[in-house]
Amino acid sequence: MAIFSVYVVNKAGGLIYQYDNYVPRAEVEKTFSFPLDLVLKIYDEKLVVSFGQRDGIRVGHAVLSINGVDVNGKYTAEGKDILEYLKDPANYPVSIKFGRPRLSSNEKLMLASMFHSLFAIGSQLSPEVGSSGIEMLETDVFKLCELFDQNLKSALEIAEKAGTFGPGS
Amino acid sequence: MAAACITASGTARNKPEYHTHQEFKLMYGMLFSIRSFISKMSPLDMKDGFLAFQTSRYKLHYYETPTGIKLVMNTDLGVPNCRDTLQQIYSTLYVEYIVKNPLCVLGESLQSDLFSSKLDSFIRALPFFSVRAA
Repeated sequence: MAIFSVYVVNKAGGLIYQYDNYVPRAEVEKTFSFPLDLVLKIYDEKLVVSFGQRDGIRVGHAVLSINGVDVNGKYTAEGKDILEYLKDPANYPVSIKFGRPRLSSNEKLMLASMFHSLFAIGSQLSPEVGSSGIEMLETDVFKLCELFDQNLKSALEIAEKAGTFGPGS
Repeated sequence: MAAACITASGTARNKPEYHTHQEFKLMYGMLFSIRSFISKMSPLDMKDGFLAFQTSRYKLHYYETPTGIKLVMNTDLGVPNCRDTLQQIYSTLYVEYIVKNPLCVLGESLQSDLFSSKLDSFIRALPFFSVRAA
């Protein structure tokens, strides 16, 4: 069981500290020839696979680098539009690296402010009176636990192998 | 993206007011936000997605089918992961009594009494049904 990341959020919902301790994310680099059989689309300023999952490249993975050079959103490092670049058969064979997109600091701020409101709604939906906010949220790959301090809120993320989990945080 | 709660039933509820339309909308909005939240935050690729969350008083279990039907169950804290139970409810009850029923229009409020009574007896037969903190 490992801790993936820690987010410390203040009472107003602002992120005040964040720490990441990810195990290396799975990244897949493959060489492609024209035409590209994956369907890419622009999502949140990144180029993301929307169809054509194969060989470890899954739907939702973003383009991380082309020919070894890291991309910058939907443009290459030189400023060319990636979709245009990939439509041109003269640029092939091309080697593209795909992986789970990393969160930018802006996205982390937005997620942190979502924490508090989501967890407050959880207490309103309670079938019992007097429920607190969400204390733990489970998915099949990670578990999100919250520790409440008086004016702070810390949220820890703990890794889970699918299946067993111990008692709450 | 419209949400329609097609059925909701409870066996023990201490709050004075019962399910309102407002509650359904709130629940749908919350579940949708939680799903997008965890898909952004997840460090690894997810297979099943959001499973459950718990507060100090209750635990909410969630299961979504590939067709978009979402099943939600609120239980006590002592209940372990019951995604399989929800999946069983879907496959043995929903598919059998609603989908295969020519009189039930999919997507609208469920009118089938047979479904309600079967669901009720199924829930009562679950092993963790009677284990309730008094």
